[in-house]
Amino acid sequence: MTEALIVSILIITIRAGTSLLYATLGEIYTERVGILNLGVEGIMMMGAATAFAVSYHSGSAWIGLLGAVLVGGLLALIHAFLSNTMRADQVVSGLALTIFGTGLASFMGQRLGPGGTTMVGLQGPKFVRTPLPLLSDIPILGPSFFNQDVLTYGLYLLLPLLWFFLYRTQPGLHLRAVGEKPLAADAMGVPVIRTRYIYTIFGGMLMGVAGAHLSLGYLQGWADNITGGRGWIAIALVIFATWDPLRAVIGAMLFGGINAIQFRMQAAGTTIPAPFLNMMPYIFTIVVLVIITWWEAISKRLGAPAALGLPYAREEKH
Amino acid sequence: MTLKTLWKSAALLMVLALAITACGGGQAEVEEPSEELKVAFIYIGQPGDLGWTYEHERGRLMLEEELGDQVETVTVPDVPEGPDAEKAIRDVVNNGADVVFTTSFGYMDPTLTVAEENSDVIFEHCSGFKTAENMSTYFGRIYQPRYLSGLVAGSMTEANLIGYVAAFPIPEVVRGINAFTLGVREVNPDAEVRVVWTNTWYDPVKEREAAEALLDEGADIIAQHQDTTEPQKAAQERGALSIGYDSDMAQFVGDTVLTSPIWNWGTYYVDTVGKVIDGSWETHQFWGGLADGVVELAELSPRVPADVASKVESEHTRIVSGEWDVFCGPINAQDGSVKIADGECMSDGDMLSMDWFVEGVVGTLEE
Repeated sequence: MTEALIVSILIITIRAGTSLLYATLGEIYTERVGILNLGVEGIMMMGAATAFAVSYHSGSAWIGLLGAVLVGGLLALIHAFLSNTMRADQVVSGLALTIFGTGLASFMGQRLGPGGTTMVGLQGPKFVRTPLPLLSDIPILGPSFFNQDVLTYGLYLLLPLLWFFLYRTQPGLHLRAVGEKPLAADAMGVPVIRTRYIYTIFGGMLMGVAGAHLSLGYLQGWADNITGGRGWIAIALVIFATWDPLRAVIGAMLFGGINAIQFRMQAAGTTIPAPFLNMMPYIFTIVVLVIITWWEAISKRLGAPAALGLPYAREEKH
Repeated sequence: MTLKTLWKSAALLMVLALAITACGGGQAEVEEPSEELKVAFIYIGQPGDLGWTYEHERGRLMLEEELGDQVETVTVPDVPEGPDAEKAIRDVVNNGADVVFTTSFGYMDPTLTVAEENSDVIFEHCSGFKTAENMSTYFGRIYQPRYLSGLVAGSMTEANLIGYVAAFPIPEVVRGINAFTLGVREVNPDAEVRVVWTNTWYDPVKEREAAEALLDEGADIIAQHQDTTEPQKAAQERGALSIGYDSDMAQFVGDTVLTSPIWNWGTYYVDTVGKVIDGSWETHQFWGGLADGVVELAELSPRVPADVASKVESEHTRIVSGEWDVFCGPINAQDGSVKIADGECMSDGDMLSMDWFVEGVVGTLEE
């Protein structure tokens, strides 16, 4: 492999992985606090549609991003309300959110262009790739890691912060406690319901950014069904990463990069059956799932948060 | 999650699914007898895709314009291929449709099933091969304008490398790649066409990634057989040229789209519905070409030089006149062996089951 090929594969892998990683981090924070949000696909779709519509009409990609964050948070708030306050089934609420978000985004796409026409095919403000001075001169790593758009750079900062917050701070400890043993957390004086609201909404905001990266950074435009199931991949990635923000990076790059790599191999005239390569990330996910389910010692350390998907009420014993 | 909650969730999901189904069927209204012929269109995507469905929608609008009060049309967008399609087709029939156009290959069996149950309704399935007393097929020889677009690409590539983003390795797509490549090699025997399979008709992200992979390999023109404009946009952002498909993609992307092989269903829809109205409709298998107007080459970009345009024009005339078609020999297979001898032409049957590449294509059909 030549240097140019390695760089081009790295660039595309990081770009393709960016939106997946935002969504996965959002879902990790949500699940860590005990809420299962299957609405990722719908929230991403709404994030993408909102980001494009708002930036197109305001003329600023940043305002579009803000719109996506707000919409993501708002949709997650609906899920938080249904799961925490109404104590509804989280699977159903999440699926409903996906159906709702996908439909509404498609509707917005048909109506929010100039004069109530379609948004498909419009050119709007975008986050273009900008090389960072000095850093981008490093061989191989420079042009691949430091020649990206601002949302990817944001991820470089956010990732260590999210990890540190989760494992090394007191609010992070509370967050995990609420997801593992809400009753104990409650007894410690941690407001379980409020904590769950906060991080579910925060997770939704990250999913909104994931959508915004598709329509403002990666594709630079709106297309119907733009996420193409990537929200579901993010949910699988949470398991793949065993609920750890840093391990999510590997998964996101693997899932994101696999297509880009197999397309490049095809373009270069190599033949590895595409369906086989496409299968790989899912096989890994199933393997991880099987291991953490059947192997108790590992399950305790790496398994799902114990209270995942269970509504909390003080009177009930878990 | 405990087993109990899982069961509960599953039960709730079933209820939800039922509720959605019920909502979907809720459009049933009391039918008033009317003189209008009710014509329904089942779409795989949204008319706003600017590609495949957009072109069928243009055809429907032309039908409404031409036949006015004689017809009333309805559309059902975003119908997935498979069991959902059967339900969607049955719904429009139950709501009084007299003619149903089902516009995706995967609707073939569902269309046939519903057709067999409703002998008083006429069904028209696009791109398939199964027919019945009350069910016909229709499609177009898009390979003809694809060949013409190949002439443009072959003349204008400087790298002698053209990328082709392709959906699935099925005869329809293979035929398109071959016709395009024959056009390319007609004017530029040194050029080659590289194929990348995406294994999807519609996924803007994958379509873009495939186009970028080809651009990274050094292709300076991108052609495609997909449903969105994303490969065209990817090429433009890299300063490369492209050939569109389905609709005149230059209107949405700009003049870097040199031309597009396009569908033009309007005439066929008007003709067919006209025949239903005057009672002369019969089961048929329509496969029209440039001469019938059902397929066309979009207007050439101002970037295309005049001599290339005149070459396209003369080949166009040759095809329309019927004296020659794209798959008339001599044609070599990918490995250089003679596939079709000089003076021979492929039969429609052979064309419809094409599973080999012509010389000049780089790519594989093994999946």
